[in-house]
Amino acid sequence: MGSNKSTIQYIPDVKELIEETGFSAAHIQRLFERFDLLDRDQMGTLRVEDFEAIPELAMNPIGDRIIGAFFSSGKETVDFPTFVRVLAHFQPTDSNRTKNSSQEPYNSPNRKLQFAFQLYDQDRDGKISRAELLQVLQEMLGMQVTDEQLQSIAERAIQEADLDGDDAISFDEFKKSLEKVDIDQKMRIGFLS
Amino acid sequence: MRRESRKRGGRKRERKRKKYVRREEERQRERERGKERERGKERDRERKGERRGERETGERRRERREEERKKEEEEEREKGEKERAKEREKKREKKREEERREGEKNGRREGEERQKAREKGKIENREGWRERRKRQGEKESETEREGERERKRGLYKVYISFVEVGPANVQTADYFKGVASFLIVSVGGTLVGLVFAVILGFITRFTKKVRIIEPLFVFLLVYLAYLTAELFSLSAILSMTFCGIGANKYVEANISQKSRTTVKYTMKTLASIAETIIFIFLGISAVDKSKWAWDTGLVSCTLVFILIFRAVGVVGQTWVLNRFRLVPLDKIDQVVMSYGGLRGAVAFALVVLLDGKQVRAKDYFVATTIVVVFFTVMFQWLKVPRSTSRKPTINEEIHERAFDHILTAVEDIAGLQGYHHWRDKWEQFDKNYLSKLLLRKSVYRKSELWEAYQKINIRDAISVIDQGGNVLTSARLSLPSMASRASFPEFTNVTNYLRENGSGVCLDLQVIDNVPGAKVEEDMETHHVLAGNLYKPRRRYQSHYSRHFMPLGEKERQDREVFQRNMKYRMESSKSTRHKRHKKERSIKKRRGSDPKEESAEKPRRNVSWHDKEPVLVPVDSEDDKAEHSEKEDDEGITFVARKIETPKPRPKSVPSAVEGSSSPLASPPSRPPSVDVPLPWKGGVGSPPPCVSVEATKIIPVDLQQAWNQSISSLESISSPPAPPTAAADAVHPRVSALSRIGTPRPASYTPSSTSSAFFTTSSTQLVHGSFLFPEKSPKEEEEEESFHELQPLMSTLKPPPPPAAVPPPPPPPGSAHSQARRKNPRVFLRSLVSAPPAGSTEPRSRGPTQL
Repeated sequence: MGSNKSTIQYIPDVKELIEETGFSAAHIQRLFERFDLLDRDQMGTLRVEDFEAIPELAMNPIGDRIIGAFFSSGKETVDFPTFVRVLAHFQPTDSNRTKNSSQEPYNSPNRKLQFAFQLYDQDRDGKISRAELLQVLQEMLGMQVTDEQLQSIAERAIQEADLDGDDAISFDEFKKSLEKVDIDQKMRIGFLS
Repeated sequence: MRRESRKRGGRKRERKRKKYVRREEERQRERERGKERERGKERDRERKGERRGERETGERRRERREEERKKEEEEEREKGEKERAKEREKKREKKREEERREGEKNGRREGEERQKAREKGKIENREGWRERRKRQGEKESETEREGERERKRGLYKVYISFVEVGPANVQTADYFKGVASFLIVSVGGTLVGLVFAVILGFITRFTKKVRIIEPLFVFLLVYLAYLTAELFSLSAILSMTFCGIGANKYVEANISQKSRTTVKYTMKTLASIAETIIFIFLGISAVDKSKWAWDTGLVSCTLVFILIFRAVGVVGQTWVLNRFRLVPLDKIDQVVMSYGGLRGAVAFALVVLLDGKQVRAKDYFVATTIVVVFFTVMFQWLKVPRSTSRKPTINEEIHERAFDHILTAVEDIAGLQGYHHWRDKWEQFDKNYLSKLLLRKSVYRKSELWEAYQKINIRDAISVIDQGGNVLTSARLSLPSMASRASFPEFTNVTNYLRENGSGVCLDLQVIDNVPGAKVEEDMETHHVLAGNLYKPRRRYQSHYSRHFMPLGEKERQDREVFQRNMKYRMESSKSTRHKRHKKERSIKKRRGSDPKEESAEKPRRNVSWHDKEPVLVPVDSEDDKAEHSEKEDDEGITFVARKIETPKPRPKSVPSAVEGSSSPLASPPSRPPSVDVPLPWKGGVGSPPPCVSVEATKIIPVDLQQAWNQSISSLESISSPPAPPTAAADAVHPRVSALSRIGTPRPASYTPSSTSSAFFTTSSTQLVHGSFLFPEKSPKEEEEEESFHELQPLMSTLKPPPPPAAVPPPPPPPGSAHSQARRKNPRVFLRSLVSAPPAGSTEPRSRGPTQL
């Protein structure tokens, strides 16, 4: 335990991080160890290559997008707080952290959806265009599916979700199309410490 | 007459006697006539009594019976209370706490101090027992129904043995013994079952030639497990169940499809027969009043307390469980679980099996059980929201799958894999030892074979793809069920058309035109496509496999595809980083252990990505690389159908595209012996520059064409994903890879000759005429990409110079006419069979989903 504490002391701004993300100290501790492990050259930051070195991620059809989600625009590296903040999206929602109403907690369904949305919306224009959707579909579907099938699927998906007829899915429409899905349940990870 | 004889007789005694006899006779007659005469009290009584049979004895018996009845009635009246109390006590042992309480009341009423004291002791013991039972039950919460059934059976046995001993003789220690024996019974039964599972798996490994006895073995061995457990007084049902669970995977993989169907439906039939019989029995005995005795208090209390205690147990246990579960069990789940306790046919069967002599309250139990069963079965008041009835929209389907992927990825990133640690361990053990022992070799190696098969498929498919619209082709291949695909001749037409026009847009349009239904597809079909083809996140993999459905192959395919794509993308996005590549290698070594497929999948890493739709992504090797590659073409171990095309390339263009059919020598496929001399590009050592992607090349390709292009590339890559092994010198050749190559290489030779030429060969030769349609067989992906790029070039306005002729490997011997034709013919047949039905030999593993690219 002593070593734990000492490790956690090295983490910058632990308090704020705990406060902000709602992770427990044990979680932070564990995540930091993981972060450290991923950070091969001990720079204190992760680069894309560090993520890509995770073998399982190479098997993930949208792994690259998820990696991309860790990097805020223009940045080459991810520091630990950012890392934790991104992961905080996946905490279960019901952890009673609504008290600090100043900022919406990361694990609110809305934030979770936003996280997913930005995976689609690669050009960050606030809309999932048909091309973007098609691209995701292409990544997620096996190779048996032909392009015209892909297109018809994308077409249909957009038709389904697109309410204002701009041939793209805005975030609101995205939310709307998923309103019957239990986002919290779908987008949570058991951070067992 | 009689008077006369009497006069004649004279002797008084005799007379008297005769008189008596006569009177008797007379009396009998009179009785028969129905006349009433007074003949003394006795006879009076007799007359009133039974009119036939032995009078005296009969009467005595009757009296005795009456006496007995009266006595019994009196006794019953006297001891009614007492007995009922006793019965309840026994019932308490068998059932739940409510009976105990009621019984307690009765016991108190009874006022026997001694009994009370003893009872209290029992109750305490029972409570401890029950707690323990609950704890045990908790562990089994997954296999709830089955587990519970068996638990009940096990407990039932213990109870029965108590009853046999007699309630008076059961002492405190016996309860502990009961608990212990319950444990022994269940654990022992499980062990016996597992042992037989191993035996069963092992036996079915060798039944390949006598398929007919496979179902027999399955049934008999499981029954043997049952008998053996019964022999040792262990839990027979547990042993049977665990035998089934344990052997499932191996037996399923070992036995033939038909045997499986047989087993499955025989089991189902037997099960429903048995169930029906029990319920018939239940119905009959519910009507038959002699079978049960009613006691309102007992029945109603049982009902109430069953519900209460069940609910308490479930709520308590789910509370504990919910602390660990990711997705907690909600209220509805709990209600269902508490209401769905097993009070059906099994409970009834057990009650009926009670020995009426030892359990004198059996009739009450029967009545109670019947009521409880009816209550449980009839009153389905629960309204559970039918979430399944709503079909998910396409958006939901897509996004939810995306969520799953996201979760998986984030878990990987956050390093939360400890979750599956034990399962992984077990899988490792299973793979290393159990499967080797219990699975037939052919099945065990199936995944390798499967890959080889897939490769052959793809290679043949590529030859089709070469001919023309690859979109079309792959559509054909992957979705044979979708009607209205262009037929072969049609698409050769398409090819021609395309070649003439040289525009990718036309390609797409053409396709769409040919497939009028595509746009109108039902949602159903879209869903089907989505469900079938969306990559599945890791967790959803099923561990079952058999050679009949090759989910493993699926998984591998998915992993490989995704991996290739990702790697390509990465290579593409950061071409220059040596460093990264190094890392990747390291990481790959770390990769989930011994799975060879992954390692083989790793090799394609160098591929350039195609998956992004950004127009810039199409990779083309730089000129240097091309030269390099073309040199290396020779070392291809795999003879490639399309390769033949390359050789004829220098051939005279005189052959009209429409004509060449069977007679064209151009199409003759030479089987190229693998030459080991030239190092493959990637084997040149890490130092050699990685295949470069020239961006400008991608720009050349019209956007519309890119999809098609991408597809062809992708299919190409999937073939070559493990680089052709025979030459592998520097790279440690994975055994599987080599196996693949072994399988793959001889393939062309195995083609059976036939004289007719196929339509697509026609097209191929047509391409030959154009000369730019080179498709040298190369295992390295870069080469293939390059080649395919060339292939596409004719379609584009900007033509790249074909590879320098010098680089082209020596043309194969001039096409042997008949032989070559035969070969040509074959791939098509093969393809056809892919589309419709899998070929006998290599396709056996997959009875479903004819082709996958």
